[in-house]
Amino acid sequence: MAGAKEIRSKIGSVKNTQKITKAMEMVAASKMRKAQDRMHAARPYADKINTVLVHLSQAHPEYKHPYLSEREEVKRVGYIVVSTDRGLCGGLNTNMFKAAVTEMADWDEKDVEIDVCAIGKKAIGFFSRFKAKVVAEASHLGDSPSMEELIGAVKVMLDAYDEGRIDRLYLVSNNFVNTMTQAPSVQQLIPVKGVMDEELTHHWDYIYEPESKPIIDGLMLRFIESQVYRSVVENIACEMSARMMAMKSATDNAGEIIKELQTIYNKARQAAITQEISEIVSGAAAV
Amino acid sequence: MSMTMHVDIVSAEIEIFSGTITELYAPAEMGEVGIMPRHAPLLAKMKPGEVRVVDQHGETQSFYVNGGILEVQPHVVTVLSDTAIRAHDLDETAALAAKARAEAAMADKKTEYDYARAKAELVEAVAQIETIKKLRKRK
Repeated sequence: MAGAKEIRSKIGSVKNTQKITKAMEMVAASKMRKAQDRMHAARPYADKINTVLVHLSQAHPEYKHPYLSEREEVKRVGYIVVSTDRGLCGGLNTNMFKAAVTEMADWDEKDVEIDVCAIGKKAIGFFSRFKAKVVAEASHLGDSPSMEELIGAVKVMLDAYDEGRIDRLYLVSNNFVNTMTQAPSVQQLIPVKGVMDEELTHHWDYIYEPESKPIIDGLMLRFIESQVYRSVVENIACEMSARMMAMKSATDNAGEIIKELQTIYNKARQAAITQEISEIVSGAAAV
Repeated sequence: MSMTMHVDIVSAEIEIFSGTITELYAPAEMGEVGIMPRHAPLLAKMKPGEVRVVDQHGETQSFYVNGGILEVQPHVVTVLSDTAIRAHDLDETAALAAKARAEAAMADKKTEYDYARAKAELVEAVAQIETIKKLRKRK
């Protein structure tokens, strides 16, 4: 019987694939837990720096940071796009790029040019394929990225803002809603929104050491960096959970394919046996 | 009752210390500062060095920080520690490296960004994903 052997080897190869996807699922699950921990570990810093900025907004310093004021004319905008380094994580990157490109197309219609800072290999690949102006990139961040690796890429964008080459800066990344859901988000980084618009209750100010300007500059820089860092860490948690889900459904699908092939194999085997019997019987009858 | 204040020592990557203390010493840029409860509001830059805290039982704990920013409110102190060693030159080098990587990748490409094509390709990819989802549900 011709088909049986081929079907058997096919079942074997699907089984091997299933083993691989199963293993990848488990690896992603354990990495996801660690990534979530890191995400939570980064939260206190972001909260505290936010508190300090709120205090500062109430304090009335003589120096107002340029990141806080809106520029009237927007000629060029910057995007920091945070993606994963590796694939096999479902529609995670695609959905995020879609959110980014939709926004970019809106700017494009208004004749506003765009600079992109790509973080993660997928973003670099995507944006250079479409000939976007990628001005800075960072990749190979691994599972536990450090602030150090991001400073350079962020600084390129901040310098561009300082020098007036871009008038706004956005951050595109995935938000970790829960293990099943990740939502792409586009967030405005500069001008900084939301931290500085509280009403002044009374007039007081800090003692600055050495002076207000360098401290506020440093604080703003760290604020922006911590936002980017947080989104990178969050994106890794998203990547892991998306990969876990993708691999889980791949494993399930492989299981179904095996079941179907098994049925076909059984049928083929049965047909062969029936044929053989009928040959013997008809042979005996002829005698 | 002895006077205390709350302190949080945090870095971007991890929370280092959080608790109630009576004294704090930090390496401010212009020299070490000692903070007691009800200190006037202070915002200071820190250089790399040791942050020491003394709790209610008189026990001292010390932490190393890579520089950062110290914020003092009368009863709350926040130490925002840097995780990396920061210097203007180092930041500059990192920025140049990031730029160079991007430029190398872009070198053989024109600068015209084709949004229409990008969008079209994405729509296709998203449609594929949607289809796969639907197929899965139907089974």
